Amino acid sequence: MSAMLRMEGVAANYGAVQALLDVSIHVDQGEIVTLIGANGAGKSTLLMTLCGDPRARAGSIAFDGEDITALPTHAIMRRGIAQAPEGRRVFPRMTVRENLMMGAEALGQPGDELPRVLALFPRLEERIAQRAGTLSGGEQQMLAIGRALMSKPRLLLLDEPSLGLAPLVVKLIFGAIRKLNAEAGVTVLLVEQNANLALRLAHRGYVLVNGRITMAGTGAELLAREEIRDAYLGGAAS
Amino acid sequence: MTPVASRDGVLHAVRDAGLAALVAFGLFAPLVGLRTDVVEGGLALRGRWDDVAWLVLLAFVGRLALLLLAGRRLPRLTLPAPLARAGQYAAPFFLGLALLLPWLPFIERYELDLGILVLTYVMLGWGLNIVVGLAGLLDLGYVAFYAVGAYSYALLSLTYGLSFWVCLPLAGILAAFAGVLLGFPVLRLRGDYLAIVTLAFGEIIRVVLTNWTELTGGPNGLSGIPRPGLFGLSFTSEEGGFADFFGLDYDPVHRVIFLYYLILGLALLTNWVTLRLRRQPLGRAWEALREDEIACRALGINVTVTKLTAFAIGAMFAGFAGSFFATRQAFVSPESFTFIESAIILAIVVLGGMGSQLGVAVAALLLIGGTELFRDLAEWRMLIFGAAMVVIMVVRPRGLVGTRTPSIALGEKRAIGGNYVSEGH
Repeated sequence: MSAMLRMEGVAANYGAVQALLDVSIHVDQGEIVTLIGANGAGKSTLLMTLCGDPRARAGSIAFDGEDITALPTHAIMRRGIAQAPEGRRVFPRMTVRENLMMGAEALGQPGDELPRVLALFPRLEERIAQRAGTLSGGEQQMLAIGRALMSKPRLLLLDEPSLGLAPLVVKLIFGAIRKLNAEAGVTVLLVEQNANLALRLAHRGYVLVNGRITMAGTGAELLAREEIRDAYLGGAAS
Repeated sequence: MTPVASRDGVLHAVRDAGLAALVAFGLFAPLVGLRTDVVEGGLALRGRWDDVAWLVLLAFVGRLALLLLAGRRLPRLTLPAPLARAGQYAAPFFLGLALLLPWLPFIERYELDLGILVLTYVMLGWGLNIVVGLAGLLDLGYVAFYAVGAYSYALLSLTYGLSFWVCLPLAGILAAFAGVLLGFPVLRLRGDYLAIVTLAFGEIIRVVLTNWTELTGGPNGLSGIPRPGLFGLSFTSEEGGFADFFGLDYDPVHRVIFLYYLILGLALLTNWVTLRLRRQPLGRAWEALREDEIACRALGINVTVTKLTAFAIGAMFAGFAGSFFATRQAFVSPESFTFIESAIILAIVVLGGMGSQLGVAVAALLLIGGTELFRDLAEWRMLIFGAAMVVIMVVRPRGLVGTRTPSIALGEKRAIGGNYVSEGH
């Protein structure tokens, strides 16, 4: 089976700073793949490079066998990729419904995915007419993921969905991601600092250190590795 | 600072205020107190010590009040419930008033001219509202597009003899083109940086108009710009004119009433288009862009196109307003398009509450109509103008009509984390 997403030898800069060096990863249809690493390792840059902002300086990115390396961002997002960006970035003065509709309208879609998104996150239905800026952090994260789902993506990119959230809320959101993958068949590329949770959820994982992939394997394999436990799980697997 | 209540505190405040008064005296004594008058055979020195005394007293009282009242919160003006309910009838009321204005008994030529002026600014405010209020792109050079529209009409009609109704859309298109021209280089800029570039753009247009003498007549401007007609009927006393056609006695007020309805129609067109666009994906994309550009990119919105359409459509309405201005004045010169015009239009948008159509209209009425009303006060007028702006922003920091959907309570009900609210950045 050919990979849904394949990055081959990708390098990228943020201004003068080299953020990614020779990164090669692939994501297969129906997988949850996680990318873990410390602050500043280049995790978010990798997701953004995939979306064409910043553009890859070297290497190639292919989605469904099509080379998307040189496409502009909005064209890439039209090919069935959606992102819930880091820090959630909901539109604070727009209502929950408007936020969700933006996810569909941005790509010229009618937004018929709304009932399914609301079924996945019932909390959003309760707050449908409320301004997004007045939601709690967890609700905003749900909104960001829901907004990304509105365009019916086949590949969902999640950038640190657990950022700044209480453990209970994180569990809720990770549960939703699992459900999304198992029931709706959405392929997920998940960037996380919370390595423990991410590796438990994911089928496969990559470890990014200073812009390079240093380890790869199944979630369980990586969880068992001594180096991972020392570096990312605080020395103790919980 | 906490309010000073104790006796020591009051003493301290009085001493401090006394010091302030002394400084004020030092400043104002030479500046205000001594005045040279031209008398026969030279200059005479005249003392104006009563004025100085007033100023010093003002400084003393002001400083004292500041010290004693500091820390006490200023009241935020919230509308009482009945007034807020009446608010929903405000828009139809203003619309009805605007439609009937020329027929009201006490309305003379002067009031109609003032109405035309106010409506021009309402239209400009609504046009800029698309750029600033909806798309969140701070534009300090909006008057440039107004100028492009005005000169487009003036040059097209003077050179090619085209009629107003042909030139109006052309002026709009040319201004929109200027909008795109400005839009391209500033695509990557936001906030303060964008403001500086747009400010420069406004000045460039004005300087070009001043110096390109062969085309624009330079500082002398262009005069003799044709007046618009109604379906080929001109507003003149001659045979075949408007009055003659309808069997009316010729009256120059006919033209003024026509111009009034023309600008009212143009302004309402601006409003209608804005309201329609806001419900379309494009309008929502503008609002999303104002809220968070990175999120827009992540959703696959074409940020380039979205920004350029905002600039272009906002500029187009300025172009319409500009050609109206040219035809009303029958004369254009670069002096009408200085930075202060941009500033006033922006003030209308901000004071009105960014993104609120009604707020912008009310702010234009207050700012433009208000300044006219105080014309008798001569130089005090601008002082009142400035003070009014400060007071509005203090008591209603989000503008006169600060909420887009007033049914949803903001403020006390739930605090919003600062990072999620884009105001005041």
